[in-house]
Amino acid sequence: MLLIRCPYCEEERPELEFRNAGEAHIARSANIAGESDDDFEKFFFIRSNPKGIIYERWRHMHGCARFFNAVRDTISDKFIMTYKAGEPKPVKLPGVAK
Amino acid sequence: MAKAAAKKTAAATPSAERRAALAGQELSATGVKLAVLPPAERISLRVPEASVAALSKALGVILPRKPKTSASKAGRTALWLGPDEWLVIDETGKDPLADCAKVTALHSAVGISHRNVAISVSGPAAASAINSGCPQDLSLDAFPVAAASRTILGKVEIVLLRTAEDAFRVECWRSFSDYVFTFLSEAAGDAAA
Repeated sequence: MLLIRCPYCEEERPELEFRNAGEAHIARSANIAGESDDDFEKFFFIRSNPKGIIYERWRHMHGCARFFNAVRDTISDKFIMTYKAGEPKPVKLPGVAK
Repeated sequence: MAKAAAKKTAAATPSAERRAALAGQELSATGVKLAVLPPAERISLRVPEASVAALSKALGVILPRKPKTSASKAGRTALWLGPDEWLVIDETGKDPLADCAKVTALHSAVGISHRNVAISVSGPAAASAINSGCPQDLSLDAFPVAAASRTILGKVEIVLLRTAEDAFRVECWRSFSDYVFTFLSEAAGDAAA
């Protein structure tokens, strides 16, 4: 079982307590009614689905119930780091070259 | 409107009998004892940082700020569930909702006394009985006495509170209580073996 660090509970918890909530850092346009259909499609449907590092939203559903962001490697399924919702995308990732 | 109507009906027929789920059920296995605890008053409390002090004062128990902890005073226990969320359990029959009603500081208190059923799991094999369905580390280092957490047991969500080194309080939703009690009964038999 994976252990995922919840930034609010400040400790690693078993994965069964968590739920994935899709890709992170997707900003909703302030003027959503004025969006063109193409832009809205990009915002609403199109996800990056990379092979490698992905930034995701996760929710500690059966714990503190808070949403937070996680950086995960889709190849190894390893969680590289987690951080609170609302915090900026981390520039430096621990243990990752580049 | 609906609320007012409900009140009137309740006044007209005061003899509605309330039956607690699983009332008084018990089970003893080698090393584990299960018991359904008597009804208690409970509230689900959401409090922003600025109001924590006012609510702590009104409730008479200091709301803990540290994750996975609880605070207890005079039969009233406040369990940290999230950064702005607590479960308050009163076992003396005093209503914590009434205490919160007097507070003018911003907060949200919802009475959930009848939503939950509490089951006590005690005995030297209590932790291993719960661990058969709960993935958390329940060793005394990771989950000391008075530690509390929302977590899962088998297929359902529970709130777990360690009341003593070898005793836990399992809070689950009333409609899930049958599942939880049966699950723990099976687990108690396994933990003893």
